[in-house]
Amino acid sequence: MKKGFGTILARIFIYVMLAVMYAPIAILIIFSFSGSSGIGAWSNFDFTGDLYLDLFQDASILGAVGNTFLIAIISSIIATIIGSVSAVGIYYLPKRIKPIVSGMNQITVVNAEIVTAVAFMLFFIVCFGYMDGYPALIISHTMITIPYVILSVMPRLAQLNPNLYEAARDLGSGPFKALTSVLLPQMLPGIISGFVMAFTLSLDDFVITLFNKGSGIETISTLIYSSTKHGIAPAFRALSTIIFVGVLAVLIGINIFQARARRKAIKGA
Amino acid sequence: MSTAVKTEKKKPRFVFKRSFFSFPYIALNILFVVIPLAILLGYAFVGQEGEFSISNFAYFFSHIENIKTILFSLLMAALTTIICFVLAYPLAMCLADSKINKSAILVLMFILPMWVNSLLRTYALQNFLIDLFGMQRGFLSALIGLVYDFFPFMLLPLYTTLSNMDKSFVEASYDLGANKVMTFLKVTLPLSVPGIVSGVMMVFMPTMSTFSVTEIMGNTNTYMIGSMINEMINGGDWSGSAAFSFVLLILVGVTMVISNFITKGRGEAETGVGGII
Repeated sequence: MKKGFGTILARIFIYVMLAVMYAPIAILIIFSFSGSSGIGAWSNFDFTGDLYLDLFQDASILGAVGNTFLIAIISSIIATIIGSVSAVGIYYLPKRIKPIVSGMNQITVVNAEIVTAVAFMLFFIVCFGYMDGYPALIISHTMITIPYVILSVMPRLAQLNPNLYEAARDLGSGPFKALTSVLLPQMLPGIISGFVMAFTLSLDDFVITLFNKGSGIETISTLIYSSTKHGIAPAFRALSTIIFVGVLAVLIGINIFQARARRKAIKGA
Repeated sequence: MSTAVKTEKKKPRFVFKRSFFSFPYIALNILFVVIPLAILLGYAFVGQEGEFSISNFAYFFSHIENIKTILFSLLMAALTTIICFVLAYPLAMCLADSKINKSAILVLMFILPMWVNSLLRTYALQNFLIDLFGMQRGFLSALIGLVYDFFPFMLLPLYTTLSNMDKSFVEASYDLGANKVMTFLKVTLPLSVPGIVSGVMMVFMPTMSTFSVTEIMGNTNTYMIGSMINEMINGGDWSGSAAFSFVLLILVGVTMVISNFITKGRGEAETGVGGII
């Protein structure tokens, strides 16, 4: 009896925490259907989706969304390719060198993002005169996401049969052929999760983007930051709703997909 | 037979080792990570006329406001970490307990905000607390903003460690006569130290250097070291921002050393990053 009470209390605690976490987001979603300029007026609901129409006509917001995705897609693809290939290399490095390279790989992971951002900015100034915009953003986003790709591919390599590569070489394939047709397919789950991480890290990045974007380019993060200072457009509520529902759908989809694959694997065995 | 072996040995064949695949990245890492940090370090010691000097650091430590800002950043980071921990630990225990929660989707719901843009979440919270409930911008609203923003990063590593923990230790403790409090203090808590350390690291360090959350949620009294660096960059003071970044780098290093000291001998701490996918 006493045990049951504790369980109910724990469940209440879980749902209260969930409600607190989601209340601001829920309010934002509700008010994305209200035309009022600020949040708080409950009278101005029209449910016509005016803010969504505004959103698709707002060139600055659409431009920022486009930039964010463009930079995230390009940098995460480059990071995934470099990260997966070099993870193989790092895994098989001689024992004395491996910790050094792993340490170098960890630098941007453990470092404060703002320090990395300032370092990148000074580097671009010193080495390229003055570089900003897309090249600077793609280089910096690629470099900060590669370590995460490597870290998510590494555990997969540890599970791999170490003789596969040599077997492929003995059977006559070149080193790159052995990598792409034998090793990489086996590493695929790690590569995919590395890519997803690289992509979301680049999407959400703020500080590195702010310091290296130059004046012409805005991303979602930097646009919100600059507009919170001088009044944010109500259309951002519509944008937030779309992003939030999109992320929710993708994550739940991935989990359902994984659960199904797991069930299939169990049945197959 | 022996001659054939000899001729093969005479002609040393170039063997492409797997480790060679790491060379391009090592080069890129040196170019885009190590060299930029070296440049940052160099800039930190450049004076007004481009000469070597420690004037940036002298300036930094001679102004009481700078020291206050550093201490305030440390205080905010510590408070955020403590509040996140106090809220997340019981929640992680409840979520990891199969008697209370069987749903993986529920766990996912708590981790989900990690994948949503932090600025967007802060913007939602600003709308909620300040516009809807009329809360005053200041210390409290900034602190709530930080806790709201970094909470999932504390929860995920704690949940990962607690749900992977071998439950038979807890049962053994009960069988040997320990009560709930004793079992928690002597079994559950010590076993979850790696998760606690990685949760603390994932909250404390980013909080210390953030400026977007405290600027959106707070006012001029919630000025953090990140805002200071940002302002210097906007003002074109690169040496100054490099020096301030260097101070932050040292704080990061000290935190790392402390956390390594705590986890030493307990096996590797799981980062917990992306554990859900």
